[in-house]
Amino acid sequence: MSSFPWLTTIGLIPLVGALVVAFLPASLADRAKQIALGFSIVALLFTVAAALQFKLGSNLQFQFQEQHSWIGQFGVSYALGVDGIALVLIVMAAILVPVCVLAAWNDVPEIGKRQQTYFALMLVLETFMIGVFSATDVFLFYVFFEAMLIPVYFLIGSFGGSRRQYAAVKFLLFSLLGGLVMLVAVIALYHYGPGGTDGFLVQKLTGLKLDQTPGRLMFLGFFFAFAIKAPMWPVHTWLPDAATEARPATAVLLVGVLDKVGTYGMIRFCLQLFPEASKWATPAIIVLAVISVIYGALLAIGQTDIMRLIAYTSVSHFGFIVLGIFAMTSAGTAGSALYMVNHGFTTAALFLVAGMLIHRRGSKRIPDYGGWQRVTPVLAGVFLISGLSGLALPGMNSFISEFLVLLGTFQRYRVAAVIAALGIILASLYILLMYQRMMTGPKPDAAAGTPDLSHREKWVVAPLIAAFIVLGFYPKPALDVINPAVARTLQYVGVTDPVATHPAAAEGAVK
Amino acid sequence: MIASLSGLTTAFVATTIDYGAIMPMLIIFATAMIGVLVEAFAPRSQRYVVQVSVALLGLLGALGAVIVGLDHQGSTLAGAVVMDGPALFLQGTIVVLAALSILAMAERFDGVGADAFTAQGAATPGSAQEAAAVRAGATTTEVFPLTMLAVGGMMLFPAAGDLLTMFVALEVLSLPLYILSGLARRRRLLSQEASLKYFLLGAFSSAFFLFGSALLYGYSGSLDLSVIAQAISTRSGMDGLLVPGVLLVLVGLLFKIGAVPFHSWTPDVYQGAPTPVTGFMAACTKVAAFGAILRFIYVGVAGSRWDWTAGLWAVAILTMVIGAVLAITQTDIKRLLAYSSIAHAGFVLTGVLAFDKVGISSVLFYLVAYGFSTIAAFAIVSMVRDDGSEATHLSQWAGLGKNHPVVAGAFAFLLLAFAGIPLTSGFTAKFAVFSAAVAHGATVLAVVGVLSSAIAAFVYVRIIVLMYFSEPAGESVHAVSPSIATTLAVSIGVLMTLILGVAPSPLLDLAARSSLFLR
Repeated sequence: MSSFPWLTTIGLIPLVGALVVAFLPASLADRAKQIALGFSIVALLFTVAAALQFKLGSNLQFQFQEQHSWIGQFGVSYALGVDGIALVLIVMAAILVPVCVLAAWNDVPEIGKRQQTYFALMLVLETFMIGVFSATDVFLFYVFFEAMLIPVYFLIGSFGGSRRQYAAVKFLLFSLLGGLVMLVAVIALYHYGPGGTDGFLVQKLTGLKLDQTPGRLMFLGFFFAFAIKAPMWPVHTWLPDAATEARPATAVLLVGVLDKVGTYGMIRFCLQLFPEASKWATPAIIVLAVISVIYGALLAIGQTDIMRLIAYTSVSHFGFIVLGIFAMTSAGTAGSALYMVNHGFTTAALFLVAGMLIHRRGSKRIPDYGGWQRVTPVLAGVFLISGLSGLALPGMNSFISEFLVLLGTFQRYRVAAVIAALGIILASLYILLMYQRMMTGPKPDAAAGTPDLSHREKWVVAPLIAAFIVLGFYPKPALDVINPAVARTLQYVGVTDPVATHPAAAEGAVK
Repeated sequence: MIASLSGLTTAFVATTIDYGAIMPMLIIFATAMIGVLVEAFAPRSQRYVVQVSVALLGLLGALGAVIVGLDHQGSTLAGAVVMDGPALFLQGTIVVLAALSILAMAERFDGVGADAFTAQGAATPGSAQEAAAVRAGATTTEVFPLTMLAVGGMMLFPAAGDLLTMFVALEVLSLPLYILSGLARRRRLLSQEASLKYFLLGAFSSAFFLFGSALLYGYSGSLDLSVIAQAISTRSGMDGLLVPGVLLVLVGLLFKIGAVPFHSWTPDVYQGAPTPVTGFMAACTKVAAFGAILRFIYVGVAGSRWDWTAGLWAVAILTMVIGAVLAITQTDIKRLLAYSSIAHAGFVLTGVLAFDKVGISSVLFYLVAYGFSTIAAFAIVSMVRDDGSEATHLSQWAGLGKNHPVVAGAFAFLLLAFAGIPLTSGFTAKFAVFSAAVAHGATVLAVVGVLSSAIAAFVYVRIIVLMYFSEPAGESVHAVSPSIATTLAVSIGVLMTLILGVAPSPLLDLAARSSLFLR
């Protein structure tokens, strides 16, 4: 392990970039987006360099560890480190930010402070995203978890659509409520732990002998925040509003990366710190997850707003992720971790391509389209590919993770797996119906002369489609990194995979 | 005088006075007296400059004396004044916050005198006398010595070793505040109404305090807090005097911090008083009054806490919830900040109710953090103008972020601190008090606290929405450029809000080391 502070460096680069972009002299103001893109690409390069040094056979839970005392009186350390799950999420975030910057190229066309603010906020957000995934101190995680809301709040509220105020406030209040409830659990956890000046370290809080009631209450405090963030039914209602009012690039960072903090938190904190309570709560959470899968899919079918539709597909997909996590089998949880990455890319492609369509047509309503594959064939093509990734077509990235989740769930909760599998069928309905309504049909006269994908837009889509295919055909590198982390987490929980038996003999394994 | 009271039956013994210990207060009172002389003898044209300089120099001297006083800890003046960790910490806090308040009060904008204050306090609003005073260029430079007197009272309040000294301090700090509240230059009727309300309700609460002290004297035979504590630990029975006594004294003290149900004066006074005075009251009065509450409870009556904590719990819960909920309905920024200050008082009370050293240090930290933020916030309020007078209606703040990004940005940052977002002092402070509460069996209070924070967050977020995401209401609302004084006050306030959020360790350390009361 090298002693170079990789994670701090990766986190600092976008922050420096944000400051540079925000305070550019007027003479350089027209270069704001290029500079923002540059910083995000440098951050990506450093992330890749770090990822290449990640040791697979390490017997430490976290690598690239850094630790400094921050607020000793509270037991808080500035402690960073990643395991496989965190690493793949950081890589995903580092890839998505330059893509989003490029996609947001013309979101704020007028050169000046407003444009600089827009890109600076995106870069600040990247810093917080990297921080939140790499924090190995519960307090530090909480700080990033809450601080992250502010740039998103301004990105939605200042730059979003017509109902942006409502959407931004709703987003912030839901998240704050969840976060504040979690705060009590965070505080209580410290007092149940060993205490001291570094008592908030995850390592110190793992494996505590918690009494049943306080353990469960603290679990619920954490889970509530993560369920809002994820978002799960019934606390998902902020997501469609936020996603449709935000700019597509913001929506990608929000749904693709930020919401992963919820599911990531479930693995890192709920399972690892509260094994007993996790097992206790599993039946209820499985039910909620299955409801999310079906409910999100059904509502997606009914949407007429493209962005809302994609948001509801995410509710459904997050249902799968939670299902896999709480199935607590190595296949299920690893599938969920991989799903988080896949969903990030898939949603990014869907939101961004939809954004390109909306930019051309000036409407978010699906009925306003029709026959566009005759006008903009390439755009229609990438939209279809993104959609196919969303419905988990074999050969696409999502297929493997969805399959793993269902497989892992089936090992323990057959009924839940069977019902959730219906979500796949519904997924093909909402994606293909949307494609049919928007792209097929007679050539629309109104849209004649609409330009197809520009060079810039091709560069936006290319990395995402490459990710679909690479992760679809060769997910091994990602899974190799994820699996040890999952195995370790399940070991903390103290569960082992059910032994595969003859179906007739496995009756007792259903529940 | 105090010595003779506590020793009526014995022969008179001259008390020893540790001048080093009481030097901070002596300097402040001397500064106030000099201010009065300046008012009497200095020519009108020079009074403003002289008064501001005298006040700031006095505060600087007092701060130095506080630092020197670290070596003079102990009880002096026959136990009337106890200079210990919390007392010194709070005196230092009050002095620094008062200096920022003086800077904000000194703001002249383009006028000849302090902008927030009327030309002549005694003149009837709208009368010929008033017009004459304005023509003559009169300015109310009395506000500076008055403020210094209040500061002196505030410094004595948390250092008072017996209930009578505490009462004297309460009156010394209150009377100048009643006058200051009535001296607004604009909307004078509102200001005078505020002053009268504050005076009447304040007089009532003082009476409660005094009555409670009398009952406690009846119970223990002394007004000295440590003697009362001793009586509680040794004497049984007579709860009929003890519990009502404690509760009545607490009523008097809770009134000063604006805790529900003794809060009804807060919004009116905060709204009516000149804005820099509101900031001064919101920050310094709270610091002093919480100091007194801490001393009264921790040194005096903690031993009997099982008899009355339930009541204080109820007060804390009501204060948090009602402060946060009623803040939602406000349309005036000053009233809104008033309700927000009520909610914050509730948060601080959860730290008080921890009944532990950690509780004390968390309260000390909270008071510093909140004080810096709130003075800066009110200073910014005084800068946002519509046609010369303060634009306090919320609708007037719409779109401020577009025209005045720096002012709106600073205010938004302070609001995020009030909301308790991490990396601001507000979060560290809330974490400290809630952590103390959770660690010592008051988890319920912490839960109510976070839920109220969520409600209060809505209020603050709404203002940010107004400033940033709404179209400007009209062209006439703008932020006037402040002088160096206000700029300094706002910058220091905002900077401290950031520093205490990012690197709170030194102050937390200081608070922890200062959290031991001498008994």
